[in-house]
Amino acid sequence: MALDLGEAQASAARTRGVGRLGLALAIAILAVAPFVVYPVFLMDVLCMALFACAFNLLIGGGGLLSFGHAAFFGAGAYIAAETAKQFGFPFELAMLSGIASATFLGLLFGVIAIRRQGLFFAMITLALAQAVYFLALRLPFTHSEDGIQAVPRGRLLGIVDLGNNLAMYYVAAAIFLLGYLLVARVWRSPFGQVLRAIKDNQPRMISLGYPVDRYKLLNFVLSAALAGVAGSLKAIAIGLATLTDVDFTTSTAVVLMVLLGGMGTLLGPVIGAILIVSMDEYLAGIGVPVPVVVGVIFVLIILVFRRGILGEAIYHWERWQARVALRG
Amino acid sequence: MSLTALFGQLLLGLINGSFYAMLSLGLAIIFGLLAIVNAAQGAFYMLGAFVAWMLLQYLGIGYWWALLLAPLAVGIIGMILERTLIARVYNLNHLYGLLLTLGVFQIIQGMFVHWYGTSGQPYGDPVGLTGGYNLGFMFLPAYRAWVVGVSLVFCFGTWYGIEKTRLGAYLRAATENPMLVRAFGINVPRMVTLTFGGGVALAGLAGVLAAPIYQVNPMMGANILITVFAVVVIGGFGSILGSIVTGLALGVLEGFSKVFYPEASNMVIFAVMIIVLMVKPAGLFGRER
Repeated sequence: MALDLGEAQASAARTRGVGRLGLALAIAILAVAPFVVYPVFLMDVLCMALFACAFNLLIGGGGLLSFGHAAFFGAGAYIAAETAKQFGFPFELAMLSGIASATFLGLLFGVIAIRRQGLFFAMITLALAQAVYFLALRLPFTHSEDGIQAVPRGRLLGIVDLGNNLAMYYVAAAIFLLGYLLVARVWRSPFGQVLRAIKDNQPRMISLGYPVDRYKLLNFVLSAALAGVAGSLKAIAIGLATLTDVDFTTSTAVVLMVLLGGMGTLLGPVIGAILIVSMDEYLAGIGVPVPVVVGVIFVLIILVFRRGILGEAIYHWERWQARVALRG
Repeated sequence: MSLTALFGQLLLGLINGSFYAMLSLGLAIIFGLLAIVNAAQGAFYMLGAFVAWMLLQYLGIGYWWALLLAPLAVGIIGMILERTLIARVYNLNHLYGLLLTLGVFQIIQGMFVHWYGTSGQPYGDPVGLTGGYNLGFMFLPAYRAWVVGVSLVFCFGTWYGIEKTRLGAYLRAATENPMLVRAFGINVPRMVTLTFGGGVALAGLAGVLAAPIYQVNPMMGANILITVFAVVVIGGFGSILGSIVTGLALGVLEGFSKVFYPEASNMVIFAVMIIVLMVKPAGLFGRER
């Protein structure tokens, strides 16, 4: 089916139009939300959503399943919390230190793990993340079980007092939105296209002369850095960095969010994060064991709706569209 | 440092190593035939210990019967799960199998944590194996010697069964080419189910053996699973004997590091994994696929 150039341009313009509309809608929702829902809870959701987007970049874009993404989230959280609290770094600098350490850790993990694919890649990242967990348990500055508590939020650019929940929320919302747009940009870039091509047929991309491992490594580091943004932001916004941030349950939680929302869709991970964080909050209140419910959702997704919520919706919508087009 | 402490830690390392060997052996057999990394393996290890504990607690059935019944129960539970859930993902990307078994793992572990909490339940040494022997350079508790002996027998028995018997030959053939083996009239799906049951029963047996040494704890499976994954990455899935040797060797190495530098003992296996990946990405006994 050959589209002529005029129609292609019109279609691109239409997509851009939808994109602009969606962006305006997202900004409106983010702006109004703290007046409806408790801002601290919202910040938690935003951080996890950004974390899920970072993970989605890796699995949806590159097809690599990491079981150790909590290491980057946790590294960001611990370093940002430590630099803000002990070294008295201002907000921006504490965030940057957290992000830098997550990026560095991502590079380290990536260089080691990128040599294997599929199942082994998952097991290696899991083992490496466990090593980071043990470090967090043993190093003196992380205070093992207690974690780093009462992290000061400081001031944005030395002016805006982030001690105010609403101010902190809007900063977090802005960072989330920038992160999301970055993922969307990478997704549509030639780099993102190459990544998806590698996912679909790696031997072919190698034979075409693409440095496949370099692409995958860069994507992995990018994903780790974004996870670091989410972790640093969480440590400062919630004021806490603990062992939970680096442990296996956090690594699996982010996998679940992305699977539930629909991996490989841009908005899916956000939907997944909203659902899972809300579910955690609700279930903890009524005393139902969260891990069991998480396990059941895992099994259900794999057996019943592997594309995730948004993925299934898009799939059925497109099928319906195709049927209409056939009839018309 | 005293020689006694050294040998004590080495023995404990050998015991841990035999658990690593049994668990990674089970993973390797299952992976060979099903192409699935069974993340629920840790849960079956925990389940073995818990079934033994429950038999004693609620029915008054002691260790020796538990040694038979618990792995059997775990194997049956495994086969039911294989038929009802895992069989549905064979024709999908292998990562779905990993995620599915991870879900199963969380369900089993989550239920036991919910019922029994995260503190351990004590399980005494079995009658007949309470004392120990003084070997001069160290004290050898009878039960620990028994554990090492039993796991070695089962590991090498499994190796013998797969490499040297007719049934093992079918199994290896089905690993290479399941369609062809089916064409010869061998019921491969049934073999897959039995293999899965056998693989997880090995983990269950390790759990029963572990019950008197460590307390029976719902989290025991999670702790060992990640280490066993690292062991598998180091050894590769290529050979049965390789899994056994790698498991034992890494357990002993861990025991050694506990004597010389206890803080790093948790890290040593991960450090070995990183070095092996740098030098031989397919693992020590693995084949590049």
